[in-house]
Amino acid sequence: MAFQLDSKIPEGPLKDKWTEHLFNMKLVNPANKRKFRIIVIGSGLAGGAAAASLGELGYNVDCFCFQDSSRRAHSIAAQGGINAAKNYPNDGDSVRRLFYDTIKGGDYRSREANVYRLAEVANSIIDQCVAQGVPFAREYGGLLDNRSFGGAQVSRTFYARGQTGQQLLIGAYQSLQRQVAKGSVDMHVRTEMLDLVKVDGHAKGIIVRDLVSGEIRRHAADAVLICSGGYGNVFYLSTNAMGSNVTAAMRAFKRGAGFANPCFTQIHPTCIPVSSEHQSKLTLMSESLRNDGRVWVPKKAGDDRAPRDIPEGERDYYLERRYPSFGNLVPRDVASRAAKERCDAGFGVGSTKLAVYLDFSDAINRLGEDVIRARYGNLFQMYEKITAENPYKTPMRIYPAVHYTMGGLWVDYNLQTTVPGLFALGEANFSDHGANRLGASALMQGLADGYFVAPYTVGNYLAEHGCMNADEKVTTDHAAFDEVEKEVRDRLDRLMAIQGERSVDSFHKELGLIMWDNCGMGRTKEGLQKALKEIPKLREEFWKNVRIPGDATSFNPELEKAARVADFLEFGEIMCHDALDREESCGGHFREEHQTAEGEAMRHDDEFAYAAVWEYMGEGKAPEMSKEILEFENVKLTTRSYK
Amino acid sequence: MSLGNTLKSSIGAKVLMAVTGILLILFVIGHMLGNLQVFLGPEKLNSYAQTLQDLGPLLWVIRIGLLAILLLHIYAAITVVKMSKAARPVDYQQRKDLATSFAARTMLVSGLLLVVFIVFHILHFTVGAIDLAGSTGFETEDGHKDVYSMVVVGFQHMPTTAIYILGMLILCLHLSHGVSSLMQTLGFRNASNASTIDKVGPAFGVFIFVGNVSMPLAAITGIIS
Amino acid sequence: MKITLHVWRQKDANSQGGMKPYEVDGVSKDMSFLEMLDMLNEQLIVQGKEPIAFDHDCREGICGTCSLMINGVAHGPDGSTTTCQLHMRSFKDGDAIHIEPWRSRAFPVVRDLVVDRSSFDRIIQAGGYISINAGNAQDANNLPIAKHSSDLSMDAAACIGCGACVASCPNGSAMLFVAAKIGHLAHVPQGQPERAKRARNMVAQMDAEGFGACSNHYECEAVCPKDIPVNFISEMNKDFMKASLCGDS
Repeated sequence: MAFQLDSKIPEGPLKDKWTEHLFNMKLVNPANKRKFRIIVIGSGLAGGAAAASLGELGYNVDCFCFQDSSRRAHSIAAQGGINAAKNYPNDGDSVRRLFYDTIKGGDYRSREANVYRLAEVANSIIDQCVAQGVPFAREYGGLLDNRSFGGAQVSRTFYARGQTGQQLLIGAYQSLQRQVAKGSVDMHVRTEMLDLVKVDGHAKGIIVRDLVSGEIRRHAADAVLICSGGYGNVFYLSTNAMGSNVTAAMRAFKRGAGFANPCFTQIHPTCIPVSSEHQSKLTLMSESLRNDGRVWVPKKAGDDRAPRDIPEGERDYYLERRYPSFGNLVPRDVASRAAKERCDAGFGVGSTKLAVYLDFSDAINRLGEDVIRARYGNLFQMYEKITAENPYKTPMRIYPAVHYTMGGLWVDYNLQTTVPGLFALGEANFSDHGANRLGASALMQGLADGYFVAPYTVGNYLAEHGCMNADEKVTTDHAAFDEVEKEVRDRLDRLMAIQGERSVDSFHKELGLIMWDNCGMGRTKEGLQKALKEIPKLREEFWKNVRIPGDATSFNPELEKAARVADFLEFGEIMCHDALDREESCGGHFREEHQTAEGEAMRHDDEFAYAAVWEYMGEGKAPEMSKEILEFENVKLTTRSYK
Repeated sequence: MSLGNTLKSSIGAKVLMAVTGILLILFVIGHMLGNLQVFLGPEKLNSYAQTLQDLGPLLWVIRIGLLAILLLHIYAAITVVKMSKAARPVDYQQRKDLATSFAARTMLVSGLLLVVFIVFHILHFTVGAIDLAGSTGFETEDGHKDVYSMVVVGFQHMPTTAIYILGMLILCLHLSHGVSSLMQTLGFRNASNASTIDKVGPAFGVFIFVGNVSMPLAAITGIIS
Repeated sequence: MKITLHVWRQKDANSQGGMKPYEVDGVSKDMSFLEMLDMLNEQLIVQGKEPIAFDHDCREGICGTCSLMINGVAHGPDGSTTTCQLHMRSFKDGDAIHIEPWRSRAFPVVRDLVVDRSSFDRIIQAGGYISINAGNAQDANNLPIAKHSSDLSMDAAACIGCGACVASCPNGSAMLFVAAKIGHLAHVPQGQPERAKRARNMVAQMDAEGFGACSNHYECEAVCPKDIPVNFISEMNKDFMKASLCGDS
């Protein structure tokens, strides 16, 4: 029962597709919009923007987040910036170039039409955010400033100090709160979606748990939007927030939504290295630092001298050496692998030898400490707080860490999953970044989906399939809700009944290690097969031996974690299947069997130019894969070169 | 928002406190400058006192006005304190202060003590109901009140002087927070003047203290007699 | 290191709470404060006891979820730091550490150290936004904004909504939080049309939530993890009075 994947890419030339599609989509008249209710899971850039925009249009929106406020979604932690092809610096940027860079950066594993649309609407995002009062960095003349990011040779990244994600999210949050005040959006904080309810094949509602009271509740709607972010926490240690999880997407998957390219995970090159076994999370140091920081390791393996004592001639600026034209600003996957290669070869620094230097001394000498402080002050401060080292004086130690997941729920051009009425936005979908995401593109995609794509495409779905007659609408009394709610309750009861001996975190850590060792920066057939044996074993032990204190009918963070880890334990397996299946290296997916003599990723476009879409086949059965063949009509597939 | 509601709001109450504070400060300055004429000799001071007496009904208007301002100042304080007490029904077992000053923390106490002091001061010099030093009842040759003698004799009395010095210490404390604070409350404080404004209060407090205390000290040391 | 913790335990909003002592051994200096609590919780779970509930999420100092009054100081002793960024190297072997939740009528305790800060959201709902629908914007560079103003706006916009200002204020006042939002939008031209209305309504909501009044102690500024200056309170006072006395014009 393979998926019939219709990507619904509009006909016509690339640059006209979106415009034509906008015209061809059906509309819901203003008076009818209030007859529809839409559920939005997540309140980050994608969810917050979508909920606010749909509310502005006049729909009734129920927005859910597990955090205590919609302002806390993890989009807030994005540091560096947001791309748009405004070409304000007059350096030759264009929509076409942003499109091209993003497709190329994604190692030709994304859908042309989606990426082009993303590049097209990016400019409107900047306009929208400025109008909301987002305090982007400015030049003395009062106009917006840009900086450079990896994978691009133009400066197209708009930023607000090192807190761009925060400022964009606050913008979306403010718009969302405005709709809450107007009554068009009901915000449900500390509420987690635990399952999806389908009626006649269409998404019609969700079952949630109120995390404070433990109450299980039903919500019915005419469409459901999953904007719950990525699944990086399957690795336990990542730059994601502690609460970031795959549950909403996983539940959708189990209800028939295809999951595309789960193995495409982004390992960010510049994170603060792990320091102890108790480490609970990794902290990113923005990619923007590579504008002024130079990455190096000692030329001599095992060189234990302090970095400042190693003379210039004995340093290996390996990114500049290997990639002279992009230098320190190569894309993330390339920079991460290069760091791993050096450390594996014994050139790593620091006590664990799993780190490389990111050195600002040249930039400080050239520009002065004040300029560097103005550009990156908060990042330097963050680094110093965590490591107790002063990066103005001594180079930062950095190492790659899991950061973003390009894979996600499969969606068509309308951002609709394989389940009609179920949409996925932002990091939760797979659509725009292919096998590797360029820096400053996540914010762009989340907001594009939320502000400028979903509001139209969801309307199109409602105009076609929505039920306007109040008497005929699916309500929470429908038998489908009874059934799914019972499953949710049974699952929670099962979890609470185990009362074993190990904590949830201990399982999560163990899963994370399996994933990092076998499905991390470098993957092999052997390792993936090993992981596919270990994960089911661990999952089995989890369901026998996990210990969750407290009860299910009150505030219980351990139960929340357990339910999420249970989903990760299933999800990790799907990731490994996907990684095993994709016998090539591309972007964030590096199969060690498939590399050039120089250690660069080797794609096999003839066999693998497709999105792998996984389908849930039932409890205990291996998932099955369908392919969406990616057609490239506007770019030529070349080996990515940043040399 | 009506004016009444505005003044009951958290910021309105503070602004009422600040504005009445400014008026009271002006009075304190005027009162001090007037009294400092004691250093210019009996004639000057007594004629100043007589000028005030001659205001007649106007003097009462001023007095009632001052009392009203004081009451509004106290009313604002009550509003702020009530809001703040209600805002934290369960207190901390431990809470450390990092930035605030002794003066700021004791505004309520210093304010209440000042009320007591003002009552004492009025009963002492204005009404004459309290007369520790036997300083009331002096008259000048032309039959007017001899304020000068009253002051000098009154302050030559050690306990009286001690009470006044103590009163002025409390006033100094109250002003040292109050003056800086009112500038913040009324919106004058910004990044460039903040450190200056934070010093203005304590400086002004000391200025008033020195000015006012100079009189009893001069009397007790015999500089004026 | 060995640390003694005294932690506020409270089952739910309606229960009585109290301080309970815990010994934590094997604490390393490189651990974050929350990782130390994780370790303690891990031990409590294995011993069959209820772990300590505390708020946290991003663990990199930006989401504003983490809280904790640590030895009487909001976010602990380091300054310009959130609790999640605090590391155990700020403490010594044998230290006793008191941990309490934020205390404010407007932040009711949910459990242990977890509080409900939805009052902040309601204050934003009262006017902490610019009324613009998606799609209405002009080109971003059609509106030049002096770098100085934009920077000031950003200084205020850095607020993470953690509530440390309320927690540390002797009066339990939320002025710094509210002033930061008002200041963020008051220093950019886009914020001008609604400026007066915003100040009036947000302050009214702040009062309605039961926060205290400001007595200019500046404790909020001292603990603010994002170093937001109290000057923004001064500006807010001015905006509020102008709005109250002169109306919306």
